[in-house]
Amino acid sequence: MRDVAVVGFAQSRFVRQDLELNEVEMLMPVIHDALDRSGIPQKEIGFTVSGSCDYLAGQPFAFVMALDAVGAWPPIRESHVEMDGAWALYEAWVRLQCGDVDSALVYSFGKSSLGDIRDVMTLQLDPYYVAPLWPDTVAVAALQARALLDAGVCTERDMAAVAVRSRRDAKSNPSAQVTGDFYVEALLAEPYIASPLRTHDCPPISDGAAAVVLAAGDLARRVCKRPAWITGIDHRIEPHGLGVRDLTASASTRLAGQRAGVAQGKVDVAELHAQFTHEEFILREALGLHLDAGVRVNPSGGPLAANAVMVAGLARIGEAAQRIIDGNADRAVAHATSGPCLQQNLVGVLEARS
Amino acid sequence: MAESYGVVSRRIRLDYTYTTGAASTRFLKGILQKKLLGQRCPECRKVYVPPRGSCPTCGVATRDEVEVKDTGTVTTFCIVNIPFPGMAVKPPFAAASVLLDGADIAIFHLLQEVPVEDVRMGLRVQAVWVPDAELEPTLESIRYFKPTGEPDAPYDTYKDHL
Repeated sequence: MRDVAVVGFAQSRFVRQDLELNEVEMLMPVIHDALDRSGIPQKEIGFTVSGSCDYLAGQPFAFVMALDAVGAWPPIRESHVEMDGAWALYEAWVRLQCGDVDSALVYSFGKSSLGDIRDVMTLQLDPYYVAPLWPDTVAVAALQARALLDAGVCTERDMAAVAVRSRRDAKSNPSAQVTGDFYVEALLAEPYIASPLRTHDCPPISDGAAAVVLAAGDLARRVCKRPAWITGIDHRIEPHGLGVRDLTASASTRLAGQRAGVAQGKVDVAELHAQFTHEEFILREALGLHLDAGVRVNPSGGPLAANAVMVAGLARIGEAAQRIIDGNADRAVAHATSGPCLQQNLVGVLEARS
Repeated sequence: MAESYGVVSRRIRLDYTYTTGAASTRFLKGILQKKLLGQRCPECRKVYVPPRGSCPTCGVATRDEVEVKDTGTVTTFCIVNIPFPGMAVKPPFAAASVLLDGADIAIFHLLQEVPVEDVRMGLRVQAVWVPDAELEPTLESIRYFKPTGEPDAPYDTYKDHL
């Protein structure tokens, strides 16, 4: 296997609604920032791949416009996934294994503010039996949260504590949207949105973009003092039917984590794509990141602080990598999810040495 | 024996509020003043109309605003013969790529006041605007393009814009 590392990462300031800029205008400075940080000129990038979803924009082939931000001339090797950018990064990693190109630009973007994101996400559900009931994302997540509470895995207080920690940590993240000092008692006094979930248990709705630059072997060593080497990456998917799987655990995260080699060393930082507070408990258990293990979970604030759909997973990988590049961590886990109730999960392990 | 099958109609509706973005907003506001505004790329110097805020070949932001004329050259065209629902103009009619004077890429619009068999590459055309009171921030504020009566533009003047 070829050694591949993250050598650059950038993201926009996530906001509830960007009325001024369209997706291309939002994305362009982020791509330029990531390339500048990587030290690899745009025209030398070997492969470009993006993640986005037409349903966010309400237009078919919406991602094609985003190429205006890249400068696809002379013609470039390019691909796209209708997924979170984390999967675009996975495709880039696979592409770099072929050996003929040494670098990749991965980007993702999304403006959840254009439509009603909760209804848009409903369309990913079974069209015959589930979607006609229009259960929105919060209601679906609430089913899983209820199962967890009933199984005694966590309490509503535990969930509120996750929100408090996330918002506090997000204060040091200039890209974060929801930040500040909050108190568990005050949060628990708020009404439910969809029981047992309250506002703080849910992610904000965000517009934004992120970009990551990957480089292989000697190129990575040449452009970056301390590349974040991807020592393991794996993706597993479960059936999407909510009734056919155990919602209190994530078998796909567990298997992906095993295959990515999470347990093969000490984990300093874990950036988890837990969009709801209760999901953090499921993911920690599945990845073996127990509360006493000394691992910092979502020091960026995580998706509870900023959650641009299609971007938040890639941002987790970028945040984890950046801590290694900056020398603040030696080994990190990054996780991305897609589908209802953690249906499919991608886990990556990043290390300071290859 | 034929079986009867049930049919279920399930309506899906999603509403979106589109953000045109900074560059397109400038362009559409310019239309209200009957101005056609493009943007020039700082690297390749090409002028894009309508502007997108970026140069698709260089991948850099375009900030310099350039006003282009509402006259131009037909670089290519097609004659539509088949009617389809919602079509405002009766076929046969010509739709054309018009390279506005000052722009480096063509816009797409309708040609009228010219027999379709006379439409040709190089034809010089000018915009016919709606009355001032009907101006809206849309390219439909130009009803169509019609011939100016000038001699055809030489091929060399538009061969790099095909």
